[in-house]
Amino acid sequence: MNGKKGFVSFFQYFIYRGNFAVAPQYKSSNLVSMQKTQTVFDEMNGEAGDVRYPYDEYQKWLSGEDPARLRRKSSAAEAFFRRTGITFNVYGREEAAERLIPFDIIPRVISAREWARLERGIEQRVRAINAFLHDIYHRQEIIRAGRIPKELIANNDAFLPQMIGVSPPGNVYTHIVGTDLVRTGEDEFYVLEDNARTPSGVSYMLENRETMLHMFPELFAQVKVRSVSDYPKNLRRSLGECAPPACDGKPVVAVLTPGIHNSAYFEHSFLADQMGAELVEGHDLRVIDGRIAMRTTQGFAPIDVLYRRVDDEYLDPLNFNPESQLGVAGIMDVYRAGGITIANAPGTGIADDKAIYSYIPEIVEFYTGESAILKNVPTWRCAEPEALAYVLDNLEELVVKEVHGSGGYGMLVGPAASKREISAFRSKLKARPGNYIAQPTLALSTVPILTKKGLAPRHVDLRPFVLVSPRSVNITPGGLTRVALKAGSLVVNSSQGGGTKDTWVLEE
Amino acid sequence: MLGKTAGGLFWMFRFLERSENTARMLDAGFRIALTRSSAAENEWASVVAAAGVTDAYTARYDQYIARNVIDFLLRDTNNSSSVWSVIEGARNNARMVRTALTREVWEATNECWITLKDLLAHPISERDLPEVLGTIRQQSALVRGALHGTMLRNDIFDFARLGTFLERADNTARILDVKYYVLLPSASFVGSSLDNVQWESILRSVSAQRAFRWLNPGEINPMSIAEFIILDQRLPRSLSFSYAKIVDNLGYLEADYGLRLDCHEMAAPILQRLKDSSIASIFDEGLHEFITTFIRDNMALGNQIEQDYRFIG
Repeated sequence: MNGKKGFVSFFQYFIYRGNFAVAPQYKSSNLVSMQKTQTVFDEMNGEAGDVRYPYDEYQKWLSGEDPARLRRKSSAAEAFFRRTGITFNVYGREEAAERLIPFDIIPRVISAREWARLERGIEQRVRAINAFLHDIYHRQEIIRAGRIPKELIANNDAFLPQMIGVSPPGNVYTHIVGTDLVRTGEDEFYVLEDNARTPSGVSYMLENRETMLHMFPELFAQVKVRSVSDYPKNLRRSLGECAPPACDGKPVVAVLTPGIHNSAYFEHSFLADQMGAELVEGHDLRVIDGRIAMRTTQGFAPIDVLYRRVDDEYLDPLNFNPESQLGVAGIMDVYRAGGITIANAPGTGIADDKAIYSYIPEIVEFYTGESAILKNVPTWRCAEPEALAYVLDNLEELVVKEVHGSGGYGMLVGPAASKREISAFRSKLKARPGNYIAQPTLALSTVPILTKKGLAPRHVDLRPFVLVSPRSVNITPGGLTRVALKAGSLVVNSSQGGGTKDTWVLEE
Repeated sequence: MLGKTAGGLFWMFRFLERSENTARMLDAGFRIALTRSSAAENEWASVVAAAGVTDAYTARYDQYIARNVIDFLLRDTNNSSSVWSVIEGARNNARMVRTALTREVWEATNECWITLKDLLAHPISERDLPEVLGTIRQQSALVRGALHGTMLRNDIFDFARLGTFLERADNTARILDVKYYVLLPSASFVGSSLDNVQWESILRSVSAQRAFRWLNPGEINPMSIAEFIILDQRLPRSLSFSYAKIVDNLGYLEADYGLRLDCHEMAAPILQRLKDSSIASIFDEGLHEFITTFIRDNMALGNQIEQDYRFIG
């Protein structure tokens, strides 16, 4: 009513002050030491209730904003996403085949210092993963050294025998990585997943920033935020640096998509567009003279680097799933002969397998000689009888995931699950224990979102995007912040109703 | 450019053109049905025939009545040529070729889809029909405007234009095919008011009624209408105009790629035939035969382009 004055109280009233006890369903437990503080860390308001320093400048701007204007901007952002067609497809839901991922206009802010540490930790991890992949498909020193069990590899579907002895161009396996991080306190970061196959979400990182720049240009004059817009250029360069021996001249890059009905199709076309690369499907390609060639209006033209967004299994009907229509018959043979670079390399899934995940600290140490900078979430491997017994006894406290699952499908969040869900899951777990791992329910940090009633804290995670070439490891300052939109919910996956935020890394 | 992308562009613009033309034909049919209820059933039947979907329609409905025809041509997903089907097809193609489109063209196409999705969510009453048809034409025009205003004049543009004009030539020819008898000098009701209404309707189907009146003040006769729609180089929906554009765009591709293909050999004589014909010679030869041959040639050219530029593997 009375302009600014009313507005200030609006935010003071609704603003989340941190230090709240965890919602009641998080029973206190003595499972792991990290849960000793049963409080949720709010990244904006910290634990003491004062605005944390990375948010100082933003808070100054925010306190001068009219909440009604913010809400208008929020609807404008949604309209913008819809018009631009920034959508994702949901499998198995006819009526809502294309959905928007909700976008929240309150940014998630990371200080330069925090970022520097994350960057070092991610780079270390990614280098170790590449060394591991090379080793595991060659001499398997790490197994010989007894650091990881042989069965873990031998009996793993993600291990591709077709890759044994194959050295990809530049020895890069994971050209693109999206490391999932969560935070539980001021200095507590954990890697949740390494996503070394085909991580998605980078288009949202870029479009979220575009949207924020479009809606709040003045904000970016006030707060010095590092740019993310070079990502497509860096991706193009990084892929080009991995060109295969057969490439003569400027590397031709193409993006391989399963097609317009794939859940991440928008991203595939977006990246191809931004890189100036062709967006191809399996039926556009064939093997000609030992190269992969695409059918153009003027005949077939060879491709040097294929950024594929198709899973290993569907990549080559001759070498993998014979039913696949999404891949190219014979591409693996061309690949082995150095006729094409496939990014990410086939078989990288063995490194982000959830059972291997628990060994990453050993892997980092084995290949880099350093201890891991970023922590792993403690993990029970249900294949091990003792761990299984423990997990079965404590299901209501734990998060249980399928070893090969992704996207939040097929997982159990114990504290949020009903008795019936838990008992159903218990039978599944007993039937195939090797298919599952379990982790404690972390008190994920929160960042406020704008709701109808003002600001309210919601749990977040972070996926920075990493590019690996023979010359460098490049991490874009920022990433995709996913946010659970329901109060108290820990599931941030877009397929499960999560939203996204713009992620700011501050300049020094 | 990928062959698939060329095909996607070609079909995207064929579909958009078809949506617009279906809307025009419905509009013309609706007017006749309104003013002459005794002729309504015939009129609706010829609208369905001109849209090329008679078999599908009769498989579904027994009678040609307004409600069914309107629903079938605008909304029915079983009719692959209904406005909703082709708009969905156009947008799917646009998504597929998104890297070849400017942001403006993509957004106009997406807006068109969003708007029509809402508009066509429920059956359209006769009361709302004119407004709905207006919106369909307008949405298609917005995409065309974005195309003209923002796209490079390169092979991408050429394939888009080829799709537009092949479809347009086909649609105009089909309207004539269904209504040719009205234009024959031997028609029994020459000079009657029924003819006037029918002639008007044909002109309206190709948005040419005002242009015709402006060029031929005070006189309206079947032969000059036929001449206008088939041969007039100034009328953007005439067969001559469409073919001049098709040959132009194929010529740009030939120059661009340095390749003369079978489609070039096929297109040139079709245009030449239109150029060499007078309306009198067409009537001598037989209007119906002329149009039937044209539709067949046009379809064959479409297939040849598809093959020559490797739209499919």
